[in-house]
Amino acid sequence: MSRGHQEHPARPMGHHDDHGHGHHDHDDHAAHGSMKDYVTGFVLAVILTVIPFWLVMNGVIKDSGTLGLVLLAFGAVQMVVHIVYFLHMNSKSEGGWNMLALIFTVVIVLIMLVGSLWVMYHMNHNMMPHLMDAMPNETMPQSMQGMPGMPAK
Amino acid sequence: MSEAINTTADATPSSRYFVRHHHPENGTLLGFWLYLMSDCLIFAALFACYAVLGRNYAGGPTGAELFDLPLVALNTTLLLLSSITYGFAMLAMQAKKKQNTLFWLVITGLLGAGFIYFELYEFLHLIHEGAGPMRSGFLTSFFALVGTHGLHVSFGIVWLVVLLFQVNKHGLTPENNRRLMCLSMFWHFLDLVWIGVFTFVYLMGVLP
Repeated sequence: MSRGHQEHPARPMGHHDDHGHGHHDHDDHAAHGSMKDYVTGFVLAVILTVIPFWLVMNGVIKDSGTLGLVLLAFGAVQMVVHIVYFLHMNSKSEGGWNMLALIFTVVIVLIMLVGSLWVMYHMNHNMMPHLMDAMPNETMPQSMQGMPGMPAK
Repeated sequence: MSEAINTTADATPSSRYFVRHHHPENGTLLGFWLYLMSDCLIFAALFACYAVLGRNYAGGPTGAELFDLPLVALNTTLLLLSSITYGFAMLAMQAKKKQNTLFWLVITGLLGAGFIYFELYEFLHLIHEGAGPMRSGFLTSFFALVGTHGLHVSFGIVWLVVLLFQVNKHGLTPENNRRLMCLSMFWHFLDLVWIGVFTFVYLMGVLP
């Protein structure tokens, strides 16, 4: 019974609110991608995953800062690969609104991440214990030590 | 007169989309995409949390001491494979092959379950070693971020099982196809978040 229902040949996609424009095949294609897309994306993703693991597990790059930046770059590129080949994002899907929402989110996420790190780094820096250690004697209350704008003595 | 009306109608946005054949189908996929973007903000907040607290060990164990990179590599492989098997399920759906769709969905679900199994194994191992979420700021933010991702994958598996039954019972109806497409976006999105997790939490976490 369900089989006959499924294979009904005259049943168009999205018939419940079809406007009769016959464009759904096109939309479906844009939304699902092809075998070539998936395989290309998968191969790229594997390469972009294996290299960072190899770099870290074999200690190829000694400097932590450099290695961290390289890892972040690989992660960012792999995210783009996933968005393009697996999520089939392009400037035309859903009339461009998908892309617009994505760009908006990326901007917000970057502000949130960079902003948090920036603020917290400066706070940590200004509250560093070594600033308190540098003071010769404790003339200030504990809570005020190390604050910016406080006299050194 | 009627021509004038037609000209006016052509200027409305909806008719422009008709001409370009890109108006959203029912708006569901766009709406689901917006949900994913808001979910992205939840993860961004947790990532920011980890970025700030990730080195606050409170004298406890560090990432370099705790993280088992081969296990993380295995988990990454499972999730990446599940992404492409879901892609195969979508291709089978496109070709209207119900049995193939179900087959690839089952494979995807099993890979996802394997991912959850190893993640739970890792969590229990950490807690057993005394490195639970209450040990330090680093571990709190670690469990919050990775745990939230794991919960998302778990619910994705629940959704997948529900769809298995629906597709099996009702076939590849337009409604089921739409649901499969939404889950497809959800599943690939979780893989996307996992890229951030293994890069930022695990690989960068073991750096000195």
